[in-house]
Amino acid sequence: MVRRTPRVQGERFPAPPAAAGGASPAVGAAAIEIAADDPIVAHLCRARGAVKLASLELDSPALDSLRTSGVAMVVPLVTNDQLIGVLSVGPRLSGQEYSAQDRRLLESLTAHATPAVRVGQLVREQQTEIKARGRLEQELAVARLIQQSFLPEHTPEIAGWQLAACYRPASAVGGDFYDFIELPRGLVGLVIGDVTDKGIPAAMVMAATRSLVRASAQRLVAPSAVLADANDNLCPDIPQNMFATCFYAVLDPASGRLRYANAGHNLPLVHSAEETFELRATGMPLGLMPAMQYEEAEATLDPDASMLLYSDGLVEAHNAKRAMFGTPRIIELLAIAKAPQLLIDELLSALDRFTGTEHEQEDDITLVGLQHSPAGRAELLADFRITSKPGNERTAIRRVEAAVAALELPANQLERLKTATGEATMNAIEHGNHNDPSLELRIVVAASSTQLTIRITDHGAGPTIPAPQQPSVAAKLEGREPHRGWGLFLIEQMVDGIRHEHDSVRHTLELQLRLEGGDRGERKL
Amino acid sequence: MASASFDATSTMLPDGAVIMLRGELDGGAREALAAAYEGANALGTLGLDFEYVTYINSSGIALIVELLSRARTDHRPVVASGLSEHYREIFQITRLTDFMTILATEQSLGPAHSQDQA
Repeated sequence: MVRRTPRVQGERFPAPPAAAGGASPAVGAAAIEIAADDPIVAHLCRARGAVKLASLELDSPALDSLRTSGVAMVVPLVTNDQLIGVLSVGPRLSGQEYSAQDRRLLESLTAHATPAVRVGQLVREQQTEIKARGRLEQELAVARLIQQSFLPEHTPEIAGWQLAACYRPASAVGGDFYDFIELPRGLVGLVIGDVTDKGIPAAMVMAATRSLVRASAQRLVAPSAVLADANDNLCPDIPQNMFATCFYAVLDPASGRLRYANAGHNLPLVHSAEETFELRATGMPLGLMPAMQYEEAEATLDPDASMLLYSDGLVEAHNAKRAMFGTPRIIELLAIAKAPQLLIDELLSALDRFTGTEHEQEDDITLVGLQHSPAGRAELLADFRITSKPGNERTAIRRVEAAVAALELPANQLERLKTATGEATMNAIEHGNHNDPSLELRIVVAASSTQLTIRITDHGAGPTIPAPQQPSVAAKLEGREPHRGWGLFLIEQMVDGIRHEHDSVRHTLELQLRLEGGDRGERKL
Repeated sequence: MASASFDATSTMLPDGAVIMLRGELDGGAREALAAAYEGANALGTLGLDFEYVTYINSSGIALIVELLSRARTDHRPVVASGLSEHYREIFQITRLTDFMTILATEQSLGPAHSQDQA
């Protein structure tokens, strides 16, 4: 099968050899492309040696071009049954026919030249490919950097609420974004959006849209006014044929009251009191035309209600049979979710099962989960950062110990907490931040009446860390396991629960200790 | 990497040796611990005195496993004393106790440590 287009080019192929009588130097001044389906290709592939064009009877555009260019004879360069080029010569200067000796000489030259030409072609093809790939990868890296720079570093700690968020970029990097905005009187702005297009243009518009919504939210109260204002500011600058969908809501954490408006984004889902419903409000996407009005609506998230904001990368993901993931699967998982992070983990697992692990993600996926958990109303005890230097786990231990001093934990529970904190911090320094002292860990300590949580966040993005197995001392003593490998196991043993959160840029390990009834009593071994 | 906050000294006894550990037992204690084991290179029981150990992390536990492994090769039983309640719990959870004898808090290693074993 002919896979490439051979070229006849005077400058590229060597000048015809100095055969007896001399050949015309006027051949092949310009490159002649031979189409892969041109009949001359098959003919030359079958030919053994030099072919005189005068005797050929083919309906071939390439043959016409060769003749017009003054080519009298060609010697095909064939390798692996593929025509990779031809050596072309014009008529002899003497006007005589090429002799058998001339032809043998040309054929010999061609036989030697073919491998060299093929290698040259392959190198050139590869260089072109590498250059194109490098440029594309560089662009994607820039797009990813822009994208990640404009996503929140952490989900906010809101008393009585659990929040989790995840951004999983497609390889081509779409324009998804989400944001949490601290507003006056303890209100919290929730944003999710999606920009059309991919790569750097989408990332740039995403960054602009996110900043405009944030700026509008600081000045205006009503979500509909915020979107209208952001739209008016975006319209003059957004490139043609681009726009951004955006859902914006203002949550009053104390009452659960949610006011929202929607600029054409996927409808958020709420599960409350055994039913699931969509938060509906109409509005055009941002950036299409100025002076748009946005409908505003209101809902109340009762205790235990869960809400999910998501992008179309989830709902419109396809499997190999081109079936769509769809909303019903999301509703099903939302109804049984115990916590926002668990919901996100379940959704991503369900998606991976649906599409298959080999599937390339078509679009960015952004998920923001929220749950009203008044029983878990937590007080912030400490929020600090430490550099990723081995040994700094001791600083973390000391500061956590100081932060929980007022709780008067039983001595052995405090010791367990210190060990778990130290081990989790060591893991974050070593595995999350790779001992890079320029990277910080964030440690947040909070306590409700029933639970103490320590959240340790590093820069280690990646998939969920598998549950730790009980290390075997016997195996370690016999050299079947490394002596190390105790950290995660110890952490799990020291606390009442652990929870991992991760997205494309961060990993958080949350340590949970029950506070009710003091110590946990005897441990089952 | 040697740890500035850890040291280990060995004392020979008639029927074995005791390594006295002091400070923070973490990954930086490797050299000191290895040197102490060399210094306690005798036949018989190997005692590890943790009374003055203020901190043990998972890297420290790995070093104890390493030391247990050497003692096992040398056919030496290992006895530990002076562990706080918390680290006794950790030794139990990690099942190090399956491979070493842990003395009760009031018991100590010394010339008569073999009689002290529970």
